[in-house]
Amino acid sequence: MAATMTQKVMYTDTTICTGCRACMVACKQWNQLPYEEPEWTGGYGNRSHFSDKAWRFVRFIEVDDPRPSHKGEVQWLMMSDVCKHCQQAGCLEACPTGAIHRTAWGTVDIDQGICNGCRDCVASCPFGVIAFNADTGRVNKCTFCSDRVPAGMPTACAKTCPTSSIRFGDKEPMLEMARARVKELKAQGFERANLYGDSDILGGLNAFYVLADSPSVYGLPERPELPQRNVNLDSALAIASSVVIGLAALVSFRDQGAGRQG
Amino acid sequence: MTTNLIDIQNADVIMITSNMAENHPVGFQWVVRAKERGAKVIHVDPRFTRTSALADIHVPLRSGTNIAFFGGLMAYAMNNDKIHTEYVAHYTNASMLIDDGFGFDDGMFTGYDGDAKRYDRTTWRYQTNPDGSPKRDTTLRHPRTVYQLMKRHYSRYTPEMVERVCGIPKAKFLQVAELFCSTGGPKKTKTGTVVYALNLTQHTNGVQNIRALAMLQLLLGNIGLPGGGVVALRGHANVQGATDLAVLYQDLPGYMAMPLRDVHPDLATYLEKETPKGGYWINKPAFFISLLKAWYGDAATKANDFGYDFIPKREKADAYSQQHIFVDMYEGKIKGFFAIGQNPAVGNPNATLARAALAKLDWLVVKDIFHTETAEFWRAPGVDPKSINTEVFFFPAAPAAEKNGTLTNTMRLIQWHNMAVEPPGDVRSDLHFWYHLGKRIKALYASSTARRDQGIKALVWDYPEEGKHAEPSAAHVLREMNGYVWAPDWKDRVQLKSFGECKADGTTAAGCWIYTGVFPDEKTNRAASRQIDKSGKDYLQHGWGFAWPANRRIMYNRASADLDGKPWIESKALIQWDPDADNGPGAPKGKWVGRDVPDYGPTLAPRAPKNAAGPLKGVGGNDPFIMRPDGVAGLFAPLVDGPLPEHYEPVEAPTRNLLSKQQINPVAKIWQVADGRNEIAEVGSSKYPYVLTTYRLTEHHLSGVMSRQLPWLAEMFKSHFAEISEELAKEKGIRNGDLVEVSTPRGSIKLRAMVTKRLRPFTIDGKTVHQIGIPWHWGYVGIAKGDVTNDLVASVGDPNVYIQESKALLCNVEKAAQQGVA
Amino acid sequence: MQISRRGFLKFSGATTAGVAVGSLASLGVDLSPVVAYARDLRIKNAKVVPSVCPYCAVGCGQLVYVEKVDGEDRIINIEGDPDCPHTLGALCPKGSATIQLSINERRPTKCLYRAPGSDRWEEKPLDWMMDQVAERLKKTRDQYFIETEKGITVNRLDAVANLGSACCDNEECYIQSKLLRTLGIVYHEHQARV
Repeated sequence: MAATMTQKVMYTDTTICTGCRACMVACKQWNQLPYEEPEWTGGYGNRSHFSDKAWRFVRFIEVDDPRPSHKGEVQWLMMSDVCKHCQQAGCLEACPTGAIHRTAWGTVDIDQGICNGCRDCVASCPFGVIAFNADTGRVNKCTFCSDRVPAGMPTACAKTCPTSSIRFGDKEPMLEMARARVKELKAQGFERANLYGDSDILGGLNAFYVLADSPSVYGLPERPELPQRNVNLDSALAIASSVVIGLAALVSFRDQGAGRQG
Repeated sequence: MTTNLIDIQNADVIMITSNMAENHPVGFQWVVRAKERGAKVIHVDPRFTRTSALADIHVPLRSGTNIAFFGGLMAYAMNNDKIHTEYVAHYTNASMLIDDGFGFDDGMFTGYDGDAKRYDRTTWRYQTNPDGSPKRDTTLRHPRTVYQLMKRHYSRYTPEMVERVCGIPKAKFLQVAELFCSTGGPKKTKTGTVVYALNLTQHTNGVQNIRALAMLQLLLGNIGLPGGGVVALRGHANVQGATDLAVLYQDLPGYMAMPLRDVHPDLATYLEKETPKGGYWINKPAFFISLLKAWYGDAATKANDFGYDFIPKREKADAYSQQHIFVDMYEGKIKGFFAIGQNPAVGNPNATLARAALAKLDWLVVKDIFHTETAEFWRAPGVDPKSINTEVFFFPAAPAAEKNGTLTNTMRLIQWHNMAVEPPGDVRSDLHFWYHLGKRIKALYASSTARRDQGIKALVWDYPEEGKHAEPSAAHVLREMNGYVWAPDWKDRVQLKSFGECKADGTTAAGCWIYTGVFPDEKTNRAASRQIDKSGKDYLQHGWGFAWPANRRIMYNRASADLDGKPWIESKALIQWDPDADNGPGAPKGKWVGRDVPDYGPTLAPRAPKNAAGPLKGVGGNDPFIMRPDGVAGLFAPLVDGPLPEHYEPVEAPTRNLLSKQQINPVAKIWQVADGRNEIAEVGSSKYPYVLTTYRLTEHHLSGVMSRQLPWLAEMFKSHFAEISEELAKEKGIRNGDLVEVSTPRGSIKLRAMVTKRLRPFTIDGKTVHQIGIPWHWGYVGIAKGDVTNDLVASVGDPNVYIQESKALLCNVEKAAQQGVA
Repeated sequence: MQISRRGFLKFSGATTAGVAVGSLASLGVDLSPVVAYARDLRIKNAKVVPSVCPYCAVGCGQLVYVEKVDGEDRIINIEGDPDCPHTLGALCPKGSATIQLSINERRPTKCLYRAPGSDRWEEKPLDWMMDQVAERLKKTRDQYFIETEKGITVNRLDAVANLGSACCDNEECYIQSKLLRTLGIVYHEHQARV
């Protein structure tokens, strides 16, 4: 069943995000994540980074309104940040056990039964998404509701989003909508409006965004790169060995997977 | 709310005056939908909020100056040919002539009695014809027409004046005026909707604020049309229902007056005084006697005025409101007190007074889902429990998922929720509490022969008990609210199908006439109906729940059609007259048809003369406002503080009133409280120089009982904070995150400063006025704890309804010693 | 379930070979998955009960998922009802947190009594509490009731006040109005006033 699924994405139009943070709570509710002491961010946000207990969080950014028609006025940008489910996923590449894998619908998930808590993935994510959970000794992050999606249910955050700022659906139509939205925003005077996560960003993000301003305004890397990209040819041997590790992990996973599938 | 959230998507312009995105986020999706369809969104708010972030235009307005702004818009509409002339002339009282004795001078209407601080409203009335009907000039030219009086009244509300008073730059005001008034005009082609919430109500002119907004909508011809109307957003799940069911001092269920001793000494006088001569309210005797019958059954007879005396009579009108309760409690007049699902130790204005008052009680009963500041007032910070002799009883309460019942949402939609699980331990529903308390009380009085106890003995209290906790059947309570043909036993009670079946002779019982139809037969609970039309024909989704009255989704929908019963705007048709509709053999042809239940006589033809008799007596074919005696909307309406909204400054204001010599609402309620517990800052106070406004946040709920105790919500906003502009912060040497002390003459609180670009100083009459914003959810119980914002708020009220003025007051802010900053 | 490893191998190989930033699909990379990490849908055996959000007055439809846990019905999930026509399945953060009104270790489940001058709560049986409140109410009523004023029957009790609630159901509001008015109570209010 799952193998025949189409690519699923979350398209977030930040320009209709009201920063209500229902997505954060719905994520915690569905995934049964506990309370975590918040930080004082100086604004409406309660955190500035992901954690093992916060797989999604809203960034609040106060800026001068970028539209010429609103010169001199303030604008309040909000962005519900989450794992981008990159097509070129640093975490997946770094994972020596195969716990981090690509799902049938194109997203990146961590098999908690396989993860050994090595944390190689943590440093390899250009978005700081993955966090180590000291209670379980494993890493975790947004699963793209890998339990809901195969059952035909949208992700918990997208479902609850009051304004449909976060949309769940098939990749191509969602990308079309996003591209059209960027055009619309540009026409409205958001000259730097952009689609963050088309194929130019890490091969495409399965959680992509329409932004009203440059990615850096939102704290996003303009051109995210994977740590592996920085290695030179001298490291080819090391890379080759990682393939071996990957295969070994796969074998071990197959055994576990078979057991779990019964 | 006159309209329906779903219908907001049909608006061409939306003017939001509340903070809808933050306080009604899920309803706000319809604003976003409208925007996608090309609508423009205006947000009027002193602060730049999460609503402003999605608006096309943010209009910063100094707190407490709404009428100056709305008055400016009305003036703009009247002076620029933006009124929907035909609608205004025929569907409102703009064309009525007003008594020659009525006038207005420098802020005061005719008839003010300075000693009594009240208006004699005798001249605030129509000129009448010999038959008693109002004199009318539908050309609107006569100088005594309401329209001409309004035009003169609001001529002072120029764009320049709006700028001076509200701090809105003239160019921005004109931009907004042009945009919103584009939904009006004699050849109207668009509709606009307006949204409000506590932003308008919590003022000493709260009712007039709302009237001004509604009047603007009437002038533009926006009431009753798709994409029009007034969107009133209520804060609690059941503010609408609790109001319908009259958990309010002045009402009985279904908006009938709670008797006043000197006005309503007996039933005949009550009905005579309370029943108008025209409009649908002429049926009030049937509704009122059906209510008495539902309460007192066989003991309600013609001979005893149907048990009229079993209901208490109020001593006077200016009494018993929530603010009166705590003033009177502090004075020792109240001995016992129930706080059932309310937390006044945090939520009441002048909350220090409320907490001090609780200490004067003999006994206090609190029922809530979690511990509340009210239940724990005896161990609040700084309080010595030994000094407090109040007995406190705390009962744990069940949330909706643990009980059966209905909630009426902000669009009058009654929705049933099912008990998903039994509540744990000794937790019970509030229905269980009141029902079993009632049973005990009835048992305690069972043998009494005293006259004063006979009402308790007569009280019909026969709801079947269900389950292991003897939970009373909520469905049967709803059946009683709906009404039935009176019979002593449930098995013989035949449900009423519509309130038209209510009788004034004691043969029908109905606990809340406006709810009739929700349970039309014993097997059909329409509040539990969850049918969806997926064809797109029924966009208002009449199969989902039941909207009172009569499952109508948009009120005053007759006004969506013109004098001939055709839609004013073809693309915005709602109901219209079908002259060929067959009404059965022998009956004249023609009826109202369309996408909603007509808010009208279903076969009352356009241009028909006023009915001389019958249930719609006094209503003619072009009178869309059938609850009004004259069938038209009241632009001119004699409230206790004036027939036309007039700008007055808040009781605490940074400036003199620039529009008249009258500084504040001349009949505003200002309580005199002992021990200096209600001191007021003077106009332009140097000690309290900043405007303070209070509000709510998406992630918390009102006094916080249902949010500060929930880990996930407490985590979203844990620290209490005050929003302060960068300019003021610089002036006061305050940095983001600093602990500050905010004070008013009533008290002071400590909290963190959130320095932000989103608050900016206003320029008022050439002077800089700073404003501070503080949400009010915090208290001393829960995961998220902080000082009580309402400690800052004064005991002052709107003279019509006594709501407090917590949107606009004066304060000071100073950097505090930086200890214990979490 | 068949697990395709081919994709994983190709993907793995492609990346280690250092594919430049760009569309993998355009390079002919098969993105089909190596695994389907099938997690159980934790609500798959739950009973679904329609409900209404208890926070603001938008009145969002909710679905309450109930499962037997240790022999007792327990709420395991609450989310928006996608059929609800005015909300379409959405909930705000408060609505999304509704389950913590029920499942919350801070929630009191016993009746509590605080005696005059005491610095603590005492747990008391529900019946005892109800009896005590009924007695207090009757005693206060009997002491302070006003039967007539100026020759008019007023049947009023000024010594007891009630703040009911906009959090209560209609049925709860209705029977409290019915009971308390009949006892003579005129201080009868809820949050619409403030």
